[in-house]
Amino acid sequence: MTEREHREIVLKGIGAAPGICIGKAYLVGKEGVNVIKRYHIGDANIDREVCRFKAAVESANAELRAIIEETPEEIRRHAGILEAHVLLLKDKMLFGKTIDTIQAQRINAEWALKKVVGELKAIFQNMTDPYFKERASDIVHVSDRIMRNLVGGEPVNIKSIDKRVILVATDLSPAETSQIQLERIKGLVTDGGGIASHTGIIARTLEIPAVLGLHNATALIRSDDFIVVDGTTGTLIVNPDENTLIEYEERSLRYERHRASISRASRLPAQTTDGISIQVMGNIELPEEVVAVRDYGGNGIGLYRTEFQYMNRTEFPTEDELFDRYKEVVEVMAPHPVTIRTLDINGDKVISYAGHFQEANPALGLRAIRYCLKKPRIFMTQLRAILRAARYGHVRIMFPMISGSHEIQEAKRILLEAAQSLEREGVDYKREIEVGMMVEVPSAVVMADVLADEVDFFSIGTNDLVQYVLAIDRGNRHVSHLYQPLHPAVLRMIWRVAEVGHQKGIKVFMCGQMAGDPFHLPILLGMGIDELSLNPQSIPMVKNTVRSLNLWDAKCFVKEVLKQTSVREIESLLKTTYGDVISGMIYTH
Amino acid sequence: MDSLPDNYAKEVKIINDLGLHARSAAQIAGIAQQAESKVWLIKDDEEVDAQSVIDMLTLACAKGAHITVKIESPSDLPILNDIVALVEDGFGE
Repeated sequence: MTEREHREIVLKGIGAAPGICIGKAYLVGKEGVNVIKRYHIGDANIDREVCRFKAAVESANAELRAIIEETPEEIRRHAGILEAHVLLLKDKMLFGKTIDTIQAQRINAEWALKKVVGELKAIFQNMTDPYFKERASDIVHVSDRIMRNLVGGEPVNIKSIDKRVILVATDLSPAETSQIQLERIKGLVTDGGGIASHTGIIARTLEIPAVLGLHNATALIRSDDFIVVDGTTGTLIVNPDENTLIEYEERSLRYERHRASISRASRLPAQTTDGISIQVMGNIELPEEVVAVRDYGGNGIGLYRTEFQYMNRTEFPTEDELFDRYKEVVEVMAPHPVTIRTLDINGDKVISYAGHFQEANPALGLRAIRYCLKKPRIFMTQLRAILRAARYGHVRIMFPMISGSHEIQEAKRILLEAAQSLEREGVDYKREIEVGMMVEVPSAVVMADVLADEVDFFSIGTNDLVQYVLAIDRGNRHVSHLYQPLHPAVLRMIWRVAEVGHQKGIKVFMCGQMAGDPFHLPILLGMGIDELSLNPQSIPMVKNTVRSLNLWDAKCFVKEVLKQTSVREIESLLKTTYGDVISGMIYTH
Repeated sequence: MDSLPDNYAKEVKIINDLGLHARSAAQIAGIAQQAESKVWLIKDDEEVDAQSVIDMLTLACAKGAHITVKIESPSDLPILNDIVALVEDGFGE
């Protein structure tokens, strides 16, 4: 090893999911061998070059065979893909074409292989189906293995994916994150992404420590490098020295101990010191997560994102399929409420078969309720499934991205139609169902007094609201630091929604990221938010914080907060007034 | 090739959820490689070599797609039947 490889490097990124992990890096989405020599081969040496290529393929083949043999019985699925890789090695489109290229263009094997793989990659990447698009990565894996044998690099053991590794990538799209076997991943590190990017949300949901927005992590880190990820402070350390390692192991222990102690109390109600109970609910994306919400002591589901059932498939799910999944969630949670948000696609979650078209600004494009109102049949299918599942517990329905009264009236009209069609067909469903809307478009805040007459509850979606109010793309690392939930404009908007909602006698919930941060709680409680919904694993921590707050004090505190004019003033007011409460929550000191 | 009798080609529907993906294509290639002559997979008007996983993947056959398996020599009939059975069985998934 050279000296460079031993040197400790500390990088600062965005801490997107709390926790600490220490382990080996695994680079994805990047060619394993970067620098490739390119030279021409004289006629006399062409045969020798072809033989060199064949030998590299043979070694790659032997490596793969050895790995397959070492793979234990229980991970047969994984071995299946390795068998496919063995066949790819000798595939005429890869093997044959590379040899043809060496001979026809008189170039070295590395260069020829790179050319052939580049062409194959282009074919796959132009495919619309996300699964087949991803197949380019199988070819890249195989060609990387050949390439390493050509240039004489160290082999990477594919088995290391099965051991728990820390994933390092330039960025991960929602489709990619859903295809990685995240339960095998210890930590997540990306060049792009911000705190509320999809990767960030997934990492928090699955409790994987994550540092995002590092700009150049993939350039600095190599596969198998030893790294430390501190998702709480957003710190990443490459090649930690012994002292650093000891320090982080201790921190990690403290974090686990702290988490264990608060989770022991997670079943107790979240009651303020003056005796007011706050409902702390969970956000879920996958039906399986409902168990986590229950285990962490959640009082229900405040946001059930329904997009995942529509992703990684070739056609829209049927009413029965949706009904089965919803029923499952509703039954497990009963009698506690499950708030089902209707389909929010096209934004940053693109469904290939939904007739994808390029939009310059997808976040401002045809998404969520706009999409559903334009495709009433798709919408109707989901609404019917929800109404049917509602019989099995307590279901609330919530429409996303409502910007004015026409949209909510239309959505309610289609909901009524869905109910009537079930009635006509004699299908069992629940008539009485609470209907609410997300408040995430600034126009909805302005029109809150009018909209409140249409619904049973408001749920403030802070991720999008902050993004739209401040005109910040939360996934853009150049501006994601300006994504500030404590911006006075944001707080005034939340306050207005809470005030109007209560005047009109409807409940006001919050289901964004902001609700999951103990630091924001004095403000949210003081504003009178009735129900908070957050990532399941944050429930114990938030409940714990609520128990140390006094609601009356918080209401007085909010009056002071609303007088402040900058983020900095608000933050410092929070620290001076609630610093002791908050620091009690932080485990790293 | 245009005068091939019907029993040299069979149409089959992909029924497994993932479609003709890498692992399932590898299973087909494994069988096709034992054939004496060429074995072809046809979808719409595209024809690919069933001995090449990559070639088959370029068809991007999702669940529900109809493909035709074609052989060139009567001695490969067992190969044809094995591939059709494999696809109809959803690749044993």
